[in-house]
Amino acid sequence: MNFKLKIWRQKDAKSAGAFETYEVKNISADTSFLEMLDILNNDLVHAGKEPVAFDHDCREGICGMCSLHIDGHAHGPSQAVTTCQMYMRKFKDGATITIEPWRSAAFPVIKDLVVNRGAYDEILQAGGFVSVRTNSVPDGNAIPIPKADADESMDAAACVGCGACAATCKNGSAMLFVAARVSSLAKLPQGRVEGARRAKAMVAKMDELGFGNCTNTGACQAECPKQISIAHIARLNREFLAAKLQD
Amino acid sequence: MALKLDSKTPAGELSQKWSNHKAAIKVVSPANKRKLDIIIVGTGLGGASAAASLGELGYNVKVFCIQDSPRRAHSIAAQGGINAAKNYQNDNDSVYRLFYDTIKGGDYRAREANVYRLAEVSNLIIDQCVAQGVPFAREYGGLLANRSFGGAQVSRTFYARGQTGQQLLLGAYAALNKEIAAGSVKSYPRHEMLDIVVEDGEAKGIIARNLVTGEIERHGAHAVVIATGGYGNVFFLSTNAMGSNGSAAFQCYRKGAGFANPCFTQIHPTCIPIHGTQQSKLTLMSESLRNDGRIWVPKKLEDVEAIRKGTKMPSDIAEEDRDYYLERRYPAFGNLVPRDVASRAAKERCDAGYGVNETGLAVFLDFKTAIERLGKDIIKQRYGNLFDMYEEITDVSPYEQPMQIFPAVHYTMGGIWVDYNLMTTIPGLYAIGEANFSDHGANRLGASALMQGLADGYFVLPYTIGDYLSKKIQAPKVSTDTPAFDEAEKAVKDKIAKLFSINGKQSVDDIHKRLGYIMWDNVGMARTKESLEKAIKEIQALRKEFWSDVKVVGTPDSFNVELEKALRLVDYLELGELMARDALNREESCGGHFRSEHQTEDGEALRHDDKFAYAAVWEYKGMDVEPELTKEVLDYEFVHRAQRNYKD
Amino acid sequence: MSCFLCNSSLGKKLVMSVTGCCLVLFLLFHMAMNLVALISPEGYNVICSLLGANWYAVAATAGLGALVVLHFVYAFILTINNYRARGTQRYAVTANEPGVEWASKNMLVLGVIVILGLSLHLVHFWSKMMLVELMGQHQNALGLDPTNGAVLVAFTFSKWYNVALYLVWLAALWFHLNHGVWSMFQTVGWANDTWYPRLKCASKVVSTLVILGFAAVIIGFFVFSLCAGACPAAGVCGGGCCGH
Repeated sequence: MNFKLKIWRQKDAKSAGAFETYEVKNISADTSFLEMLDILNNDLVHAGKEPVAFDHDCREGICGMCSLHIDGHAHGPSQAVTTCQMYMRKFKDGATITIEPWRSAAFPVIKDLVVNRGAYDEILQAGGFVSVRTNSVPDGNAIPIPKADADESMDAAACVGCGACAATCKNGSAMLFVAARVSSLAKLPQGRVEGARRAKAMVAKMDELGFGNCTNTGACQAECPKQISIAHIARLNREFLAAKLQD
Repeated sequence: MALKLDSKTPAGELSQKWSNHKAAIKVVSPANKRKLDIIIVGTGLGGASAAASLGELGYNVKVFCIQDSPRRAHSIAAQGGINAAKNYQNDNDSVYRLFYDTIKGGDYRAREANVYRLAEVSNLIIDQCVAQGVPFAREYGGLLANRSFGGAQVSRTFYARGQTGQQLLLGAYAALNKEIAAGSVKSYPRHEMLDIVVEDGEAKGIIARNLVTGEIERHGAHAVVIATGGYGNVFFLSTNAMGSNGSAAFQCYRKGAGFANPCFTQIHPTCIPIHGTQQSKLTLMSESLRNDGRIWVPKKLEDVEAIRKGTKMPSDIAEEDRDYYLERRYPAFGNLVPRDVASRAAKERCDAGYGVNETGLAVFLDFKTAIERLGKDIIKQRYGNLFDMYEEITDVSPYEQPMQIFPAVHYTMGGIWVDYNLMTTIPGLYAIGEANFSDHGANRLGASALMQGLADGYFVLPYTIGDYLSKKIQAPKVSTDTPAFDEAEKAVKDKIAKLFSINGKQSVDDIHKRLGYIMWDNVGMARTKESLEKAIKEIQALRKEFWSDVKVVGTPDSFNVELEKALRLVDYLELGELMARDALNREESCGGHFRSEHQTEDGEALRHDDKFAYAAVWEYKGMDVEPELTKEVLDYEFVHRAQRNYKD
Repeated sequence: MSCFLCNSSLGKKLVMSVTGCCLVLFLLFHMAMNLVALISPEGYNVICSLLGANWYAVAATAGLGALVVLHFVYAFILTINNYRARGTQRYAVTANEPGVEWASKNMLVLGVIVILGLSLHLVHFWSKMMLVELMGQHQNALGLDPTNGAVLVAFTFSKWYNVALYLVWLAALWFHLNHGVWSMFQTVGWANDTWYPRLKCASKVVSTLVILGFAAVIIGFFVFSLCAGACPAAGVCGGGCCGH
């Protein structure tokens, strides 16, 4: 298969960027999208040019490192997968593919397609944890947890922190990300203990970092590679408002 | 001068060693902890849990990772589960049984005391993770669920769907975040350690490169902890993340830390087979699939041909024409034999011509029987995400046709030599998790890597590091303005400058791929004296080629992935040779190390306990100089070494 | 507590949700009241007189005005925040995410159309009824009695351009409510995966009901104006209001 790639190139955070067009040829349909970029990059290196910088690591859809806005979709046109898990058979031979970095005020571009997602770390540092010390804990089976609750907690905990939700949201809102963590812990008795404090602190941090407001479009859940439901956003809203009303 | 290896294994009864040791080692008072700095490199299960626990104790911790967030470390990709000797299933599990299974699974090449300690603290890990809000799988009664895993006859594996590693790492990362918020830990994402600084024979800090700006930074500390995982990517294709590398560990080796058993590489039996020459990595399918999947190849070669040509589908092969070779060879464990055994059995069948894809390098993992027995829904519940992932990659639905699998490099049991305190041969330098060599011997059992990473980080290092730091309470802040730091920084800068100056014709990946082929063909699943000698020669030649013909584009003072890869390849090109040398030295087969010259009549690994019951610890002598071997003899006081038997 | 409604994203959303909810309830009431005009213009005028320049009606109107202003001002503040959060560099290529309603991404535009419609509506009715009464006059600009709402309705909707404008307004309102109604439940947290289909269905029912109710009156009176003598308001206007 052959493709024409329109890729955003930007030297560093301060420079202005622009699209450049490249061609890749003889790509097997079983090649993953990132392997296709590897091939392009290897060609660029041989030509003495700087390869396209993009974030990636595990290449099995779990580390959340890969990003890319491909043809208007976060993680490309496939549903429920990260960019690294997308294969070229999803594209038409000869197609022009536009590749952009995440665009969000809170995710500044570092280089080419690489952005800084440190804001997500900061949100979690504000309260995305259970305050227990190492070794000062009861037996794992001391508190039974209904299977349904544990399962729902796991649904939310599947979040890989890739940033697709805020990148795809027309409002640049990080609500799905924040909700996934708050909701996951809210469903467990261990997390409930400081649930109110957590919801308030994480929402405050999210606002402070310049993320937008959720307008319930549901675009985030449509593009989420882990298909996390906006029902978790509803739970975050509930947790937050209940906490605020008790203040 | 040979390395001095003092394992510091405490005396006494096996079950009392850790308690006795904890009672004997020194502690640091809270007021003094505040004055002590610790650097932790790597934020996987080991690094994150250690950083969180040490920060909580009051030390000043700096934690470094190469990814954009500590949460991305490759521990996150572990799928199947984590072992613990809870005996919640009432199947007669115990600390001793977990210890025994682990040491047996490792083919008796691990230190008894370390492995026992690992089994002992395994239960605490589960408690800790539950308290952190890790959503482990539960039964309807609300209690924790377990599943079985290779190499064990009890169900002791705790899991969170097919994402156990992710959930445990998010737990440790959350604990780390708590400490970052509290100010006791400072995080340095997108930073790569390029050298360890040793002064007066003690570790005093690191040289790190800011991967965004390219700036070379100095960081001093009273102790340095390496938690950078394994070096499987020396094979180019492995199940490791693209960024996983052996460089931090290798710098320690260069600076005098002993490197133990580098040849012990785990080849995981259930990975998706290679499909072409442009592939960048291999994808693992969780070992948990072997709980319900049955592994087979056709009995008749004409069926193999028909499947390769596509004239027959795997599902067309009649039951009596299938060779369930693991069940045939190992009736007691069947499809749940340890990884090394399963991998070698697959290779044996493929070498005999029964491999089922066009490359002849694949066997079937079939869920037909399980779907008939349990129904599609239950199978979907258990493995749905893995099946979807498989279909996404291969375009074949495992509900309709068996999966194709083949072994791939997955984990390295070898690593930096550490004593019972997890300290390397350089005082003040520690290695934890996959980066060290300690607990898995020659083969790691499934669901034990997560256990070891968290055991080291939560429950071992926070105690043992105090024993060393208690001697440092009078030491002032470590200055980075010393000749040792100057020298280390200059060496790093020179190395980078040299890489740019070569301006050859081959890209870093071109050379890395060639190294991968050399390694896989000669230092892979079956090794011979000839293949290893060949590998050493070829790697040496390739290394020369690298230093004269590599092309690194871009600039040193910017975000430059090519430079990162080149710096890592520099180390792989020496590490690969070290692995081959170690494999050549070890004239026996054990665990993941299989020397074709040393096998039993029915093709099983043949150990030579009389000659090789030791950990081979190598000391660096220079790039093109043979390293020096020192042996840590592994005394087995408590376990009788036997030929591993998974047949009955 | 006092300020999270102003400075927290979720607090601001709560204001949107609660004001929106009140406005939906008002619309339902208004729609029901309008339907009376079709059945009994006299009855409609009785309601109008109850809602004339009485203190409670004026207070309620002021409250309603405040709700609209709050809803509108907050919408602008949130939209400006959201625009900033998107960053200066925009995507060159965008696509529709599957399952995302068009209305949900265009609430502000729809809201502006609704507000423009509302202004027109105030000019047409409120300024010619309650405002006239409040100013103590007994005849509005059209020379009609400000308490005779039915006549005003019949007059306004005898003009085809008014009918067209009102129908556009209602269409925008339908889309706005369609997203807004379930969205207000989501914002206060009363939603989950089981309830989304139910809430979205309820949204469609409510918005359709509101729009059909209003449209019935508008179209009804337009049709009456075309067929002389059929106008039910004839009894209260003497047949002069729409030129018959």
